[in-house]
Amino acid sequence: MAAEPKTLAELSRALTKRSLSAEAALEHCLARIADRNQSLNAFITVLADEARAQARQADREIAAGHHRGPLHGVPISLKDIIDLRGVPTTAASRVREGFIAPQDAAVVARLREAGAVFVGKANLHEFAFGTTNEDSAFGPVRHPLDAARSPGGSSGGSAASVLAGMAYASIGTDTGGSVRIPAAACGLVGLKPTLGEVPADGVVPLSATMDHVGPLCRSVEDAATVYRVMSGSAGAARPAAARELRGLRCGVPRAYFLDLLDHDVAAQFDELCQRLTRAGAILDEVAIGHTAQIAPVYLHIVLAEAAAYHAPTLERQPGDYTPNVRIRLEMGRYILAEDYVRAMRGREVLTTEVNAALDGRDVLLLPSLAVPATRLGAATVQVGGVEEPVRNIMLRLTQLFNITGHPAISMPCGHTGEGLPVGVQLVGKSGRTPELLHVAATVESIC
Amino acid sequence: MTVTAWLEHALQDANRRGLTSLGPLLEALARSVLALRAADWNLDPAGHTTRPSTGHGR
Repeated sequence: MAAEPKTLAELSRALTKRSLSAEAALEHCLARIADRNQSLNAFITVLADEARAQARQADREIAAGHHRGPLHGVPISLKDIIDLRGVPTTAASRVREGFIAPQDAAVVARLREAGAVFVGKANLHEFAFGTTNEDSAFGPVRHPLDAARSPGGSSGGSAASVLAGMAYASIGTDTGGSVRIPAAACGLVGLKPTLGEVPADGVVPLSATMDHVGPLCRSVEDAATVYRVMSGSAGAARPAAARELRGLRCGVPRAYFLDLLDHDVAAQFDELCQRLTRAGAILDEVAIGHTAQIAPVYLHIVLAEAAAYHAPTLERQPGDYTPNVRIRLEMGRYILAEDYVRAMRGREVLTTEVNAALDGRDVLLLPSLAVPATRLGAATVQVGGVEEPVRNIMLRLTQLFNITGHPAISMPCGHTGEGLPVGVQLVGKSGRTPELLHVAATVESIC
Repeated sequence: MTVTAWLEHALQDANRRGLTSLGPLLEALARSVLALRAADWNLDPAGHTTRPSTGHGR
């Protein structure tokens, strides 16, 4: 009997050759959901019957020679903040009780056209406003490798579903790091494309200035495949030759970004830098001038925009929010307009600085997450002998690239001494996500 | 509005609304406001502020 495909690419090849049916692949995923979802809580809504109908349709179409592409028949989960026609979009909140999506989100329509099979709606941190997936009206998601830990967030259910074999990919959202953070915590690949490349229509907003939609997958190849469909660039020409490591130019922003790291995360990152250098890559240090303002700029934009969106329901039904998310949204209602304007000016400055750091280089290279997956219930985590608030440390390395909109990808690059995944982040030039993916595939070969 | 005045008003309003748990968060936000207002990209109508550095990589 053929081994079960480990990646979306392997599954796609098996489906094309018809050595495995979409229905059989789906049943593997549904069996894992039946086995582990009660303990992991990765899904809010499982769409077993609907997915079976989609899988059977995919098998009929493939047998008839009508192959839609590499996602045809592939089981995928959707973060439950993304509309899927006829299914609730809960945003993990009682606030949205009773809401049924009247139509697919734009990105879902593209995935549906490509023949993807929607396994279910993944759990998340309520309204995507958190980094641990602990605050959800449906309970926290647990890390598939350690049930006492968070899988990261806010796309925690998405990450858990892919890591636990319940789906071959998941579509998440990333406003401060919410695809890359759980990807790093779970040893997956998580892509945040360039701002605006993937439509956010039909996705519940957190902060329109910084919301991105992106995939969580098991490999860079898988992420590239899903990205091409999501961005509507599936027909676009791809780079012809494999990118070599020799001569690859990587800027490493050491100041601020490497100042506060878990010891094992720092060691794994250093080891990767050494492997890259031995392979002929050129690493040099770059500086981002206004690092002291990264967190204040992010905070003022996300709080103000989230508060503006949530104002009606904060007044009408405040008790329907989880307490932690409600109180932080309420905080946003005290942001002054003049400070929001200052933050938006800071966004322009930081964008210029990241562009300058990338000038003459292929990518920026830094860790994705400063600490390994945190323990559920922890408000602080020790980093370098200092207790740091979990939320601050989780966002520290990712939020800048939400502010600026540059494409960024997290890939696994080792483990801590306790066996927890460590992620490395590559950041590319704005509007050049395919090139970033090309570089990432090359770096992945030595990770 | 100065940060001090803003924080005072915000804390009073949060307490009036029974949202006492907002207190520490507003104090943290005040520190963030100070950092934002201290940034050198904020222009001074009197013309005293220098243009911000773009932080070119080495």
